[in-house]
Amino acid sequence: MSYLKGFLVTFRQIFQRRVTTPYPKIKREKPERLHGRHVLGRYEDGMEKCIGCELCSGVCPADCIYVRGADNPTDNPISPGERYGFVYEINYLRCIHCDLCVEACPTGAITESKMFEFSFTNRNDAIYTREELLVDEETGKPKQLPWEDWRDGEDLLTSGWLRATSPSGDATYEGQIAWSGDLGYGVRKSEIGQSVTESREQEEDQ
Amino acid sequence: MMIIAADPLLSSEIGFSVIAIMLLKVVIAFALLMVSVMLVIWFERKIVADMHNRVGPSLAGPWGILQTLADGIKLFFKEDLLPERADRIVFRLAPYLSLVPAFLSFAIVPIGGDFTNGGDGTVSIFGHRTLLQVADPPVGILLFLALSSIAVYGVMLAGWSSGSKYPLLGSVRASAQMISYEAALGLSMATVFLSSGTLSTSGIVAGQATWNWNLVATGVIPFVIFVIAGTAELNRPPFDLVEAEQELVGGFHTEYSSIRFALFFLAEFMNMITMSAIAVTLFLGGPNGPILIKQISWVWPILWFFLKVMAFLFTFVWLRATLPRLRYDQLMDLGWKLLIPASLGWFLLIAALNIGEDRGWSTFLVVPIGLLVLSFVALLLNGAIKKAKDSNLNAADLSEISEGSDQ
Repeated sequence: MSYLKGFLVTFRQIFQRRVTTPYPKIKREKPERLHGRHVLGRYEDGMEKCIGCELCSGVCPADCIYVRGADNPTDNPISPGERYGFVYEINYLRCIHCDLCVEACPTGAITESKMFEFSFTNRNDAIYTREELLVDEETGKPKQLPWEDWRDGEDLLTSGWLRATSPSGDATYEGQIAWSGDLGYGVRKSEIGQSVTESREQEEDQ
Repeated sequence: MMIIAADPLLSSEIGFSVIAIMLLKVVIAFALLMVSVMLVIWFERKIVADMHNRVGPSLAGPWGILQTLADGIKLFFKEDLLPERADRIVFRLAPYLSLVPAFLSFAIVPIGGDFTNGGDGTVSIFGHRTLLQVADPPVGILLFLALSSIAVYGVMLAGWSSGSKYPLLGSVRASAQMISYEAALGLSMATVFLSSGTLSTSGIVAGQATWNWNLVATGVIPFVIFVIAGTAELNRPPFDLVEAEQELVGGFHTEYSSIRFALFFLAEFMNMITMSAIAVTLFLGGPNGPILIKQISWVWPILWFFLKVMAFLFTFVWLRATLPRLRYDQLMDLGWKLLIPASLGWFLLIAALNIGEDRGWSTFLVVPIGLLVLSFVALLLNGAIKKAKDSNLNAADLSEISEGSDQ
């Protein structure tokens, strides 16, 4: 009769709680460092972080970033460095959200927001320009384009990033979540990372 | 006078009003089936979702009840593909070959009418007395068997005419499965004919009017066999080898698209409803049940019928959510080596009991002797199957050895 037990199992499920979230209406909270649409950050004084070095473009495995740097105008500099990102375009038809550009960036200018629901209806909209990627000059929050589905909280904490590899051969940075100081938020302290070595060290300390 | 139909509507003079009533009945049955198919698909999806802890269709209409309609409209406007290597005429014909029998077999099911207290199950419409079923031919339930055999052609020709290998494999499986389970289905039905003494569906229902349902009168076993064989006949899980997605893509309807695909789906679910209705008619007393409020007495039989069919539909969905699919040889083993002998044996036992009653033999003697003979036959059959298996194994061994020596 154990054969009939299976029927009881399925029958009981009818009265169980549903785990489904009715997705477009209600969204579950996203992980804090989800790889979503990029933003170009600004410093606290409103200056752009991007210095037009094209490292992000060079590291991009999908070849989706196009950057051209230009010398800063001496009377009204756009970035604190010598040069600034004159043209900055990301093609989201190609981007795979791997975050390598974020890791490559020497100034922490490019980071990713938590918003991935952007469904453009033509190819021109798929190419985000510098103006669209830059955070707002007043609030430091990402610009919200008409075809993007932003929810509360998704435009916050956009400047966090994680080193998956160790830059300059310095292993201490590995797995550390760094925050670049940004407009409206200032500089946050680095968080303890998620890599295996970090957590092992912690365990050994305890 | 030869009786063409037991329906009192046709025994009087056939005038305009009689034809109008017939047409009305046909239209109502058609509309009823179409709407109930729509609701059954929604019902199945909802219940299966419940059993999977999901939500199921929820956006189209309240509780997603219009989901099937939306799917139908979508399918209707899809491109209708015709494979290059398909047999054009047969390919186009096949969906209708499975749809039309599905429609027709519902015609013989009485969906209402009061059969209690010697009532003949007729209702009065516009001064004419008529049964609440489209047709009541004297061959009754045999028509259902004939039509379900024709439905096999729909499936078989669909696969054959597609000019593609997976549909062909699917349809070969389907026809083999449907033919072998039809034997068990027919034999379990034959037990009902024995106990009720008529083939006409209204007659069978009338015979069960006083709570003496055939379920008990035939001893439960034919009912169980009927449900199992019926599930296999419908190609429902766990017997859905015909459209085993993991093995055969979509089975016989792989190459079908658009409205023709929808027709197959329609036929499938219509068959499910009809099979439930036939099971209710044969074993569970059809629309028979207590009439609780006398003023609206015509409502109750329809309500009971509806509830009984619902129970069956729920069971079919439950089976789907619970049981894994059978392997093909398991399916054939179950059909030929268990269900057909069991239903045949039970049929003989009931026949012996009936004859015993007629001749005045003691029931207490007939039953044990019958069971004894049956178990002896079962032993013999079991032995034969075992022997066949052993010799198959030996043959396999021998061929292996001979292959080895060739190398």
